[in-house]
Amino acid sequence: MSATTAPYRSDLPAGRDSFAQLLHAEWTKFRTVRGWVITAVVSVIAIIVFAYLGTFRHESGVCTGPSPASCQAGHPHVPVGPGGEAVSDSYYFVHRTLAGDGSVTVRVSSLTGLRQTGNGNAVSTSDLVGAPGPVQPWAKAGLTLTAGSTLGSAYAAVMLTGAHGVRMQYDYTHDTAGPSVSIAGARWLRLTRSGDTVIGSASADGTHWTVVSSARLAGLPASVQAGLFVTSPQTAPSQQFLAGDRAGGQATAANARFDRLTLEGQWPAGRWRGQDVGANGQTSTLTSVGSHPSSGGFTVTGSGDIAPAVGLPAAFTDQPSLTGVFVALIVLIVLGTMFITAEYRRGLIHTTLAASPRRGRVLLAKALVIAAVTFLAGAAATAVAIPLGTRLLRSHGNYVYPTSTLTELRVVFGTAALLALTAVLALALGAILRRSAAAVTAVIVLIVLPYMLVIVAAVPAGVAQWLMRLTPAAAFAVEQTLPQYHQVDYLYTPASGFYPLAPAVGFAVLLAYALIALGLAGHRLRTTDA
Amino acid sequence: MTGALRAEWTKLRTVAATGWLMLATITATVGLGTIVALAVTYRSTGPGQDIPKLSLVGIQLGQAIIAILAVQTISGEYSTGMIRVTLTAIPRRPTLLAAKAAILTALVLTAGAVAVLGSVLVGRLILPGHGFTAAHGYALLSLSHGPTLRAAAGSVLYLGLIALLSLGVATAVRESAVAIGLVLGLLYLFPILAALVTDPQLKRHLQQIAPMTAGLAVQATTNLGRLPIAPWAGLAVLAGWAAAAVLVGGLLLRWRDA
Repeated sequence: MSATTAPYRSDLPAGRDSFAQLLHAEWTKFRTVRGWVITAVVSVIAIIVFAYLGTFRHESGVCTGPSPASCQAGHPHVPVGPGGEAVSDSYYFVHRTLAGDGSVTVRVSSLTGLRQTGNGNAVSTSDLVGAPGPVQPWAKAGLTLTAGSTLGSAYAAVMLTGAHGVRMQYDYTHDTAGPSVSIAGARWLRLTRSGDTVIGSASADGTHWTVVSSARLAGLPASVQAGLFVTSPQTAPSQQFLAGDRAGGQATAANARFDRLTLEGQWPAGRWRGQDVGANGQTSTLTSVGSHPSSGGFTVTGSGDIAPAVGLPAAFTDQPSLTGVFVALIVLIVLGTMFITAEYRRGLIHTTLAASPRRGRVLLAKALVIAAVTFLAGAAATAVAIPLGTRLLRSHGNYVYPTSTLTELRVVFGTAALLALTAVLALALGAILRRSAAAVTAVIVLIVLPYMLVIVAAVPAGVAQWLMRLTPAAAFAVEQTLPQYHQVDYLYTPASGFYPLAPAVGFAVLLAYALIALGLAGHRLRTTDA
Repeated sequence: MTGALRAEWTKLRTVAATGWLMLATITATVGLGTIVALAVTYRSTGPGQDIPKLSLVGIQLGQAIIAILAVQTISGEYSTGMIRVTLTAIPRRPTLLAAKAAILTALVLTAGAVAVLGSVLVGRLILPGHGFTAAHGYALLSLSHGPTLRAAAGSVLYLGLIALLSLGVATAVRESAVAIGLVLGLLYLFPILAALVTDPQLKRHLQQIAPMTAGLAVQATTNLGRLPIAPWAGLAVLAGWAAAAVLVGGLLLRWRDA
């Protein structure tokens, strides 16, 4: 005789199949594996410890501020411009006082270059005798008007350059091109001041004038110094790939002949005075500068630059403070990969997919959990590492380029997001390949290897630029803190902290990789048996 | 030992991935070398190029695939449980590790030799067309030139040592993701750290102890006096890393249950 028994039913309510439930499940999986939590903590510690190692240095020679008075002997100072950026402010100035509105007009009849003949930066006047060199592309000769006598003061200038024609520049970062001209021919320049506004004009013949640009210098005092200036920057550095040898960076000077000097407006009586502005500044300059009157004008020799300061010796950005990010990157790539491959290895994936048959959502939940954990770890670590590294660099007497709070926030959260997206990329490749070794290697080869090849100059500059555009390593652009200035010739490479793509664009490259990989992983998960 | 060698040879030979990974190593090494050779042109100004080193730049990518092959040789056994069968068949664990190391090294040296010869050949064919000619002071790449032969042979040995290093690390940590992360971290992180640290003294020491930077010193043929470490001494540093890894892996294999 058979009795019908009711099948067993659990008294527990059925689990809800919500996405929040899924997130909670994945978070529990992460939280309860001790090795994974330790790994995340290790990545935080690595970033902070390596901020110390990266900035480890005992000697240096730089101090900052508008006056060298507070600096120790042999420690040149870096002036700060009106916009808060580090600037070079070094030139030979032949000037008079302009006590109100007025204009100054001059003809630049020649511009030639002088090069350093000795080795190193210590150059005596005799080194330059009979040492004509090529005129630097950004050698400048023209008219300038400056608000104060301290270095880094507001100014506006119109000038003839070695290879970039007539330019109007003001307050270090602003640059406008005028009509292009060869320096062989004579060139007329005029600077007109009315109130806060300064207008730069150029002419080929002294009668037909073209306005190059105008600048509004807010708070310009009534009495300013105005006159002729000449300056010539260091030779542009170059780096040979594979060897890491750097060349260039030598001081140069320019020599300009000015004539037909005429003044209009409120110029009090007085004589022209010559002044070597910013001598012995941070950038190396030649010492044989000066001026002497020539028929109806002056011959002026100057050295240095009036521009944003780029590539100063013993000067750093956030780069050394963020050394540990690469260590954390590899640690988190391993973590991201194992977050999925461990499920395949232990067979847990069968339980996971039985509990939540909608497979795409499982992958999404995993990605969100690993991204959130790595983002928070990265943000916390970099928020400590950057101030720590900056402090250590300064305490060792190094110069750290000033950056705005907004830029620092972008670096902190950008780096954290870079770590998070890399972990997601590792997770996705782990889901596609289902083999840890291949997935970890693929991500490291995609993001760490290109950066390594570029920073140690193992590949030519052209290949390096494309690697930093096409691979996920483009996202390291979020760490760039200094803008690239076209009016300063410099080695703008990732090794010196400059990337070919803008921070947001570089980041978008990594984002695209991560999203495409996640899409492929979702497709594989849905269409293939686990 | 002969039995152990034959067993390991059979295992590696019959896994499809082995052949693919060796092929990928050769392709990646020669491929990167080709890209770099196509991108570089002779310039009369500035310091000269180190042509053999330039042609062999692909090793820096190829070694990552060698590392996968080496790690899988042992981690694969742990993930599938095969290791228990293997140890039942060959209970003497040092013999097992030695057999694995011997077979792996033989395979890697073979793949490495093909990759290096391919890279040198590519350099020989492409570089003269980019201005690196005898007229500019660059002889045609040839293995009959002493330093070039040293760079080429050293690069093959370098890959062999990378395989042993990876095998040792993987034997010690077993988990393939962690092992490959450790190996690639050791290889790729040191050069980045050396480039970013601000202290010149620390930078130089990092370059002297780094398995990759020191090991690849063997590729340099010009300006030897300015290297952080001499070519063969550098390869010896990598050999030290590999020996230490194999030793630690061997001891742990002996002491631990599988």
